[in-house]
Parts: sequence; C-alpha cells; structure tokens
Amino acid sequence: MPMPEPAIKGGVQQPLRHDSGHKHVSGAAAYIDDLPEPQGLLHVALGLSTVAHGRIRKLDLAPVRAAEGVVLVLTASDVPGVNDISPTHRHDEPILAEETVAYVGQPIFAVAARTRDQARRAARLAEIDYDALPAVLSFVEARAGGEMVTEPMTLARGDAAAALKTAPRRLQGRMAVGGQEHFYLESQIAMALPGEDDEVRVLSSTQHPTEIQTMVAGALGAPANAVTVEVRRMGGAFGGKETQGNLFAVVAALVAKKSGRAAKIRPDRDDDFAVTGKRHDFEIDYDVGFDGEGRILALDMTYAARCGWSADLSGPVTDRTLFHADNCYYFPDVRLTSQPLKTNTCSHTAFRGFGGPQGMIGGERVIEEIAFALGKDPLEVRKLNLYGPGGRDITPYHQQVEDNIAPEIIERLEADSGYHGRRAALRDFNKTSPVIKRGIALTPVKFGISFTLTAYNQAGALVHIYRDGSIHLNHGGTEMGQGLYTKVAQVVAEAFQVDIDRVRITATSTGKVPNTSATAASSGSDINGMAALNACNTIKARLVDFVMENWGVPEDQIEFLPGCLRVGNQKIAFAEVVNAAYLARVSLSSTGFYKTPKIHWDREAGRGRPFYYFSYGAAVSEVAVDTLTGEYRVERVDILHDVGESLNPAIDLGQIEGGFVQGMGWLTTEELWWDEAGRLRTHAPSTYKIPACGDRPPVFNVELLKDSPNREETIFRSKAVGEPPLMLAISVLHALSDAIAAVGDYRLCPRLDAPATPERVLMTVERLRKEVMASAEAAS
Amino acid sequence: MRRELRFLLNDAPRRLTQVDPTMTVLDYLRQVEGLVGTKEGCNEGDCGACTVVLARPRDGGLAYEAVNACIQFVGTLDGCQLITVEHLAENGTLHPVQQAMVDCHGSQCGFCTPGFVMSLFAMTRHLAAAPDDATVNDVLAGNLCRCTGYAPIAQAAKQAYERAPRDDRFAAQEAATLEALAALQDDKTLAVADESGTRQFFAPATVEVLAELYEEHPEATLVAGSTDVGLWVTKDLFRPQTVIALGRVAGLAEIEEAGDTLEIGAGVTYSDAMAQIAAHYPDMGEVMRRLGSVQIRNAGTIGGNIANGSPIGDSPPLLIAAGATLHLRKGTECRSLPLEDFFIDYGRQDRAAGEFVAGMTLPLPQPGQVFRAYKISKRFDQDISALLGAFRLTIENGRIAEARLAYGGLAATPKRAPAAEAALTGAAWDESTLERAMTALERDFSPISDWRASADYRMTVAKNLLRRCFLETTAPDSATRLVGPGAIRAPGYAHA
Repeated sequence: MPMPEPAIKGGVQQPLRHDSGHKHVSGAAAYIDDLPEPQGLLHVALGLSTVAHGRIRKLDLAPVRAAEGVVLVLTASDVPGVNDISPTHRHDEPILAEETVAYVGQPIFAVAARTRDQARRAARLAEIDYDALPAVLSFVEARAGGEMVTEPMTLARGDAAAALKTAPRRLQGRMAVGGQEHFYLESQIAMALPGEDDEVRVLSSTQHPTEIQTMVAGALGAPANAVTVEVRRMGGAFGGKETQGNLFAVVAALVAKKSGRAAKIRPDRDDDFAVTGKRHDFEIDYDVGFDGEGRILALDMTYAARCGWSADLSGPVTDRTLFHADNCYYFPDVRLTSQPLKTNTCSHTAFRGFGGPQGMIGGERVIEEIAFALGKDPLEVRKLNLYGPGGRDITPYHQQVEDNIAPEIIERLEADSGYHGRRAALRDFNKTSPVIKRGIALTPVKFGISFTLTAYNQAGALVHIYRDGSIHLNHGGTEMGQGLYTKVAQVVAEAFQVDIDRVRITATSTGKVPNTSATAASSGSDINGMAALNACNTIKARLVDFVMENWGVPEDQIEFLPGCLRVGNQKIAFAEVVNAAYLARVSLSSTGFYKTPKIHWDREAGRGRPFYYFSYGAAVSEVAVDTLTGEYRVERVDILHDVGESLNPAIDLGQIEGGFVQGMGWLTTEELWWDEAGRLRTHAPSTYKIPACGDRPPVFNVELLKDSPNREETIFRSKAVGEPPLMLAISVLHALSDAIAAVGDYRLCPRLDAPATPERVLMTVERLRKEVMASAEAAS
Repeated sequence: MRRELRFLLNDAPRRLTQVDPTMTVLDYLRQVEGLVGTKEGCNEGDCGACTVVLARPRDGGLAYEAVNACIQFVGTLDGCQLITVEHLAENGTLHPVQQAMVDCHGSQCGFCTPGFVMSLFAMTRHLAAAPDDATVNDVLAGNLCRCTGYAPIAQAAKQAYERAPRDDRFAAQEAATLEALAALQDDKTLAVADESGTRQFFAPATVEVLAELYEEHPEATLVAGSTDVGLWVTKDLFRPQTVIALGRVAGLAEIEEAGDTLEIGAGVTYSDAMAQIAAHYPDMGEVMRRLGSVQIRNAGTIGGNIANGSPIGDSPPLLIAAGATLHLRKGTECRSLPLEDFFIDYGRQDRAAGEFVAGMTLPLPQPGQVFRAYKISKRFDQDISALLGAFRLTIENGRIAEARLAYGGLAATPKRAPAAEAALTGAAWDESTLERAMTALERDFSPISDWRASADYRMTVAKNLLRRCFLETTAPDSATRLVGPGAIRAPGYAHA
C-alpha cells in the first residue's frame, strides 16, 4: 500500500500519542477500581493456603462468617457449575481448593463483606488445619519425582547424538534462569454485576475477555450467552492477565449471582504476588559439538521448567521455549526437549515472550561457551552461526527462515555502535582498574510471530458509521498500555481517510465481538488491525456501490480522499456521503474478520510452520561491575530493531524501550525467592525490585530499522512489537559476563546465571578467582 | 485541645470531627472524597502510584512535598494543603507537567502516571535549576513504571521543568492558600477519634503535651512519617487504639549546628536533614539519598528509623559509626546514651513504656578522621539494604588511633564490630592490618541468609567494604564506586 499523503490527522505510520494520554496524566482514565460503585456492592477477599502441600483436615469458617460486615462466605461446594478454571481444560485448577492444597497462596474460600477492609480482616480469621503432604519445591525434588503438569515436547532434526560424538570439540553445561513477577501496576481486579435470569456482566482487568466469559459461564453452569465481559483498559498486564484474571472474575461472578449484589475483588499486592503465576524459571542443560572455528555442529538441550501446581499455559510456554532455543542460529543436528515439571508453587504462566526468552538465553549461553572455549569474541561465534543460504535456513521445527535480516541488523549495529573500538578500549580500561571492570556484548533477537495454537490466530472487529460521519470502533483486542487501541484506530482512520478524532475507541466486550483470542503473542495489532480493516473495507465497498448508483460515476472515479470522497470531478464530504447512504438504506455497520494465513503446526511430529514471520533486532550493552560487591551499572545501550513499516513509530519506540528495561529487570535485580516452606518472600515491591528510573541506561540509543517492510502481507506491512524487544536485554547479561570474565583474564567462561543480582555477580567473580588460583597452582 | 482535623483538600477546606486514626490518605481520597485519580499500586509506599503533594507553610511561603498517600494517615494532614492529580489541570487545560508527559509519550498503561505527574509537579515547585539526569533519577526513584522503561518520563521531567512557569496558578494563589491554612491552624493539641469514639488520634503541639500524653497512653503508637507503621496497618491490618503523631510538635523537627555537633530533633525528616548532614559527611548524605525515595524521605524521620529498632534501618549504623548520642524522654525525665546501647536485641530497645526518642547529637568530623559509608542492596535506589557498612577511622601518622565500625544487616540489631575494631586500633593502616580486620569480622558477625542476600554474600561484602575503604583512603585515585560522589563516570559517548 503506498504511503498516504499526511493530510488526515492520525493515519498509519504517524507517531500519534496514546489515545488515553491526556486522561492518564489527569487521573481521568478510569480503571475498574475507579468506577462508581453500584449500591450495595460487596467486596471480596480470599482465604489462602498457608502450606505448600497438604490435605485440609479442618476448615472452620464460623469466625469468618461472624466477622463484622460479612455477608457471604464461599467454598468449593458453593460453585454451582464446574469448580475449574484450567485454561487448557485439563481440570487441574480448582477455583477454590477442595480436599487438598498444592501451594502457599492457593485460594480456599472467598469472603464477601460490606467493605474491603472488613473482607480482608475476616479472611484472616479462618481456622484451618492441614495434614502436611510432601512438597516439591526445588528442581532437584521436581526432577526426582518427575511429575509433569503437561506433555513435554521434543524438536529434532538430524541425529544430534551421533553428530555430538563425531564433533571435533564438545562441551556440556547447565544454566539456571530465574522467573519474573509481572508487576503490572494495577493489580488483578474484577467487578461482577448480576443481571436477570442467569445473566451476569463482568468487568475484568483481562487480556482475554472470551476466556473470562468461558470460565464464568462454566463456574455458574450457565451458557456463554449469559455472560458479558468488558474491559476498557488495564493498568499493565504483560501476560499476567492472560489467564490469571480468571480466578478473580469467577469469584466476583459467583458472589454476585449468589448474593444478588454487585461484587468486586481486588487483592492486595501481597496476595496478588502469592496467588498468581509468574514467568517460569528454568534449568537448561546443554551438550554442544562444534568445530575449531566455533561453528555449531550438534546440539542437545533439555529445558526443565518449574511450572507450579497446575498446567495453566505451561505447555505452550515451554513449547515456545524450544521454538526459540535457536534464536538466529542454524543448528545442523539438533534435539531439544522440554520438561514442564510440577512443583508446589504458584502456577507459572504467560509473561511477555511466553517462554521464548528462556529458550533464547539458553542458546546464547551455548554460543558464549564456545567463544570462551576457543578464545574468540562471542560476536564472531554468533555471526558464524547465523541462519543463511545454502541449506542453513531450516529451524529445529522444520520451518524455513525466509525473512532473515539478522545479519544486516548485526552488521549495522556493530558499526553504528562502534562495538569493536569500544570493546578494545574497555579491555584496556580493565587492565588498569583492579576493582571496577567493564564489559560489552551484542546479542541479536529473532522471534516467531503467531500463536502456536493455530486456532488463536483469528480476530474480529465491529465498525459502525453514524449519520454524522462519526465512527464507532470495536475489536477483540484489549488495551493494556501497548497502544493497540490507538494503532487500530489509525488503521480505521486511514481506511476511511478521516481524522482519527472521528473514530471513537470503545471498550472491548464479548457482547460486541465474540470468540476473541487473547491479546497476547504480540499479535494484537496484526490480527485486530486486519479485522478492523476488513470491516472498513466491507463498508467502503457498500459506499462505493452506493456512490456509483447515486451519482452515476464508474468505480475508478471514486476515491477516498482526506475527509471526503472524490466522485467523478467533485469532492463530497465524508459525512455527506454517509448520510446520503443512510437515506438510501445502505448498511453502515459491519463486522470484520481475519485469520492469519500460511501457518500450520503438527506438535506430535514437531514439524510445520508455526510462525507467519519473524521479528528481528539486536542490542549492544555496556556495563561496569564492582568486583568487591557485585554491584553494577548498565552504562550504555544501543538498539536497532525491526518493526517492518511501523504503524506508529512513537508507540513502537515505547514498546522497545519498555520491553528492554523489563527484560533487563528479569535478568538483573528481579529475584523471586521462596523459602524452605514454599513461601514467596519477595512478595511486593519492597522486596521484589523491578528497575527504577535510575537503572535505565544513561546512554540509550534506540532506532527502528528503516525501509524494511514485512515480507508478508501484514497490516500495512508492519511487524509485531510487544514481546521481541524484551529479549534484547540478554545483551545485558552477556555484558555482565564479559566484565566478570576480566577477573579470569577472559580464559574462563563465567557461566553467569540469571537473575544476575549483585550477589550472583560477586559469587561468580569469587568462583572465577578461585578457579584462576587453582589453575595457577596446578601450573606451578 | 482541638477536636477537629483541619486541612485544605486542593482548594476546599475540610474540617473533620470523626477520624479513624489509621485511615490512610489514599483510602480517604478514593473512598470518602471519590477522588480516584490517585491510585493504589502496592499499599506499602514503594511504587508511588499514590503520590500526592502536601503544601505546608515554610519560611513565609509554601513548601511542596510529594508523599505516598497509601501509608500516610489522614490525621497527619492537619494544617496542610493536600494536592491531588485532579487539581492540576485548569478549565480543561493540562498543567505543563501533564502536557509534557503527554507530548513525550510518558504514559502507556497510565496507572502509575498520576503518581509521576505529582512527583514532577512537586519538583517543579522547588527546584532552583533545570534538573540533570541524576536529579531526575532521584526525584523519580519512588515512582515505578513497568511499561515505558522511563526514558520518555525522564525527558518529560526536563520538559516539565522548562515549561512549568514558576508564576503559575499555584504561585498566584500562594498568599491566599497561606491565609486559608493560617485560618485553619492554631497551636492547640489536636485530638480526634473515630465514629465509635474509642480509637483516638492525637497530634500534640508541644513536646510537653507529647510527653504527658505518651505517659498517659504508653500503649499508643507514635508516628512521625508512618513510613513503617503505615505498613503495619495496610499489610498486617494493625488497628491501634491510640495514635500520637509527632508532626505538629513545636521544636521537634529542628536541626541545629552547635559547635562540633549537629543536634537533630526526633521529628526531622530525612529530606530536611540530608543537605546539612551531607555537607559534613558526604557518604552519610549519599546513603540518605538512596534511602527510600523522595516521598519516603519527605515523611520519614531519622528518629523513627532509630526508634523502630529495625536491624536493617540505614540511619543507625551511620550514626553509630559517627559516635552519635541518643536522647530519650519520659514525662519530664530526660536521659542520653550512646546510640549503639539503645539496640539490645531483635525487637528490643532500651526504651521504657511511655519513653520516646526526643533527638540525637551527631558529632561533626574532626581533623584526622575518615568517614566512609556504603549501602549494599539489589537495586541502587529505594531498596532496603542487604547490608550497610559505616566506618570512622582516626588516622594519625599512618596508624589507626581509633576505629568505629558499624554494620546493619549482619545481626539482629545495628551493631559495632569490636573484634575488627581491635584489629585496627593502634595498627598501621596497611594491607596486613586490613586483612586481619577483615578476618576479625567473622568473629563479630554470623549473618543470616534471606531474600535480600545469603550469609556468605553478606560476610564477603562486609569484608570487602573494609577493603573499599582502605583503597579509597590509601589510593584515592582508584575507581571504587559506581554511584554517588566519586563514582566513575560512564564513558561520555556521543549519540550514535
């Protein structure tokens, strides 16, 4: 599609502000807790398990019922429908615990009271005794038990075992990668309003209204058409509201239907941390064969994940891990296996990247190991192993990489960031600086775009035009801050050639667009933008037909121009055409639908084309490390990232910067720490440290790759941007590793695990020092 | 006694006769006033989504300070103007701070945004010069954003400063606001209670009344900034019968240089003490810069940091190393003791029922003394220390005449390191003495492992901090710091 004249305000490719920006800054943007409370509203709190695994011996809720303000107490037996909210329908996730509890924080009962304070107080009064059952917490315990929450997957091509044996060089290792709490600023929340008969209206902070609808209907034993779910905006989600909102919405709906009063549940931040799942932590075992130059010949990797007590989305998450072990690299003979291990912790879930970051970080560790084994710059090894022509373009899942632009991105960034000169300079610095050591690393990203569950790659939209020419837009995507509503409105403005302020963005509702997919997998603008465009095109076709008939001009003389239509030799205002069409009884409303083409996936065979296309990027990070304390600073970051033809460069830039910093948090200061009893002790921002303003790199150069339209026919040739930039932060971990390596004169691979807290950095420094001393002693 | 809480909510006077003594300002705004622009993110003063601004008369004008509404009690608003995000725009026109945030794409999900706006608003009221990056980072350390990565917000901060005229509506109304506040204020002790009349809130106006009240109600909870007590209420659902607030006590918030000492009243906030302390003890100032956030430092007091007896409070080891004396008062009786003697054991201090911290004396550094303090935490800004080491060495002719080493986070209380001090005292300040002292620390402490750090890390770093101090005092050109005064600078690259 040609670039339009910038005559309309807010068409595609313009750096428009977030549609709610002016409301965010004035406190006028309403989140669910800000809405006026219906009369008689009940506030709900949850009673949570205090043990990691146990059988409930005694559950005395009389003190809860007797507490001030309490109206209703619910347990599992009060669920009229199915007591399950498993998103993959495995029936392994009761809403409220029945006989046993499987993690600290598992909801056992819900209490509804007149005020939130009363509900919170009452929830603590229950008398619960447990018979302790053995709790599986660590990887060691989980491996020993071997219980998995879902079926593992293997991706294989060639014969990795045989190729490993014949490879000139070979090494093995293990990497530990921590999980991550989403820390959406708005905690989970839902408010349910009972309707007539079996109806209920649920306002939920969710990325997946259709799933909420399904779960609420299931729990109530009502058909889906009795449940309407709405969400205008979320105060952040990051994957944490793809399935984790189910519990809260269902509980609110149960209370509402049982009491006949509106019900709201908003857990305190500590309860949110305790109850909901997070990014999976992994232990990654690798066995790699390579040649003397550093070319990978064979690779066998096992990705073990602590999934928690139920499957939730762990299947597709750990699948995506395997899909990204290769990152940008060709593995000739390869075998990748996932181990979705069951543990007695919260059930880990979707989080920006959906397992992909953990896959990629394992692959990058392998590259680093090879570089240290051969005494090379890891960047050289990276470049040597990139996908390329000559048969080196097939992934471990047998999809051909057709759109590989990683080599160009790396080459440009290498030059623009002055990588080589800086690397040499900081090695010189390190020679004369005994305490502070600096490090640098460049890592690339290739991320597959599409849901691997093929059915999810569909979207719907609903567009109305009113007689005054104003447009009502609705689609199945949800707004969590990523600017989806703005982008889709830009698509609609572009399609009709009207200013964007003619387009009213409206809350996502299952009553308007049904059977939607989660706003996830970075797919929001790709699929909802297309669905909206298709809706617009339907109406445009009707308008063109009408204009041809009404004004008697041929189709090729009708054109949508900014604010008007060219009809033969005259220009008629858009609103005038619309009103004329109305009077002529032309429908000015249409749904739109889209399904992603070309994709297919056979999980059993490990073959197919799960991804429509790939998004690419690369980052160079430079850090300084204090080798006395393990403290460090990220001093400079340069990013070059591919978003195709950006729908909105300002929003895309924000996604890249924000994704990077979030990824940096995952790999540095964000540490989830469970004690021996299975209690999460990093339970709130006082103890769980996401990056603060001062942690952002003081030099932060971010550039969108220019003149690089998507090879596939995506919405205006743009590319997805939500998740891929998070993985650019892997460069920070590798820069830290590079700085630490200075302690061992770059001869030993630091094998720095994540999160690289100051403690983990210092302990790695100390280990390296000891190894250096040991090898010096051995040599003398 | 005055039985009416009085303050300004934005421009409107509020006179409340029934006040729940632990109702937070946030709950008051959202539930009582229906002002929902101020958000609850964490309910523990760590995310800043609830940031509001308090304006108070000071030096003839108004001082604007950002605070966390979620852990501040509504009773402490007495005599203040409480400014919320709804009050910034005028007749539909955004305040320059708000407009800068919009123009710089400073919001994505928008939930943290009102808090950022209020922090920046406060900044534009008092900052004398355009903020550099370090200032912006400090101003915003108490506001977490999970979406943007902060770059656009930092840009907005600079734009906001440029755009926000110092003679805006708030400046124009200053005289009127002062007058309105004066009309609400008096020098009487405030005494209000909740609707049952049994749970009371006192804000005494003089230290004498404070002493009397506390003797009368020794079970009462004393609060200054409630940056700790606030969490007992929001997280543990603590419900004290009686709260006595220190904020209105005349003279308690004074800090005064007297000869070789600084006299610091128990009600002095970190913000009010920081500059003066930093002028004498740059490292102490740097630790305080990293303690909490602007919002916390505007509310929290050094006295409170001592009185709560936490083993990981940052002020006590600093003050112990510097040889501070603590002053306590009960009724009309006053006594003083070396600060380290106040901390007996975990949760136990040398404080009788009805006795309160009145203030402290901080000796100023003397010639020949070296003072170093290092805070170690996972995140540089607004993080509770894994450990903190503070050292005062008196060095005469290359020998250590006196050593005071105090650590936080290594024991059940803030504590000195007698074995390491002994290893240092009288010895030459050289590598072998250093190593002896480092080893001696193992006799002084047996730290625990928890979520902030392992015992191993704590001990290793406790020793290494002594080495850092050694390097800094014997080889002052060596690069030893990543933040604060004397930090190495990031290479000054041009924009790529």
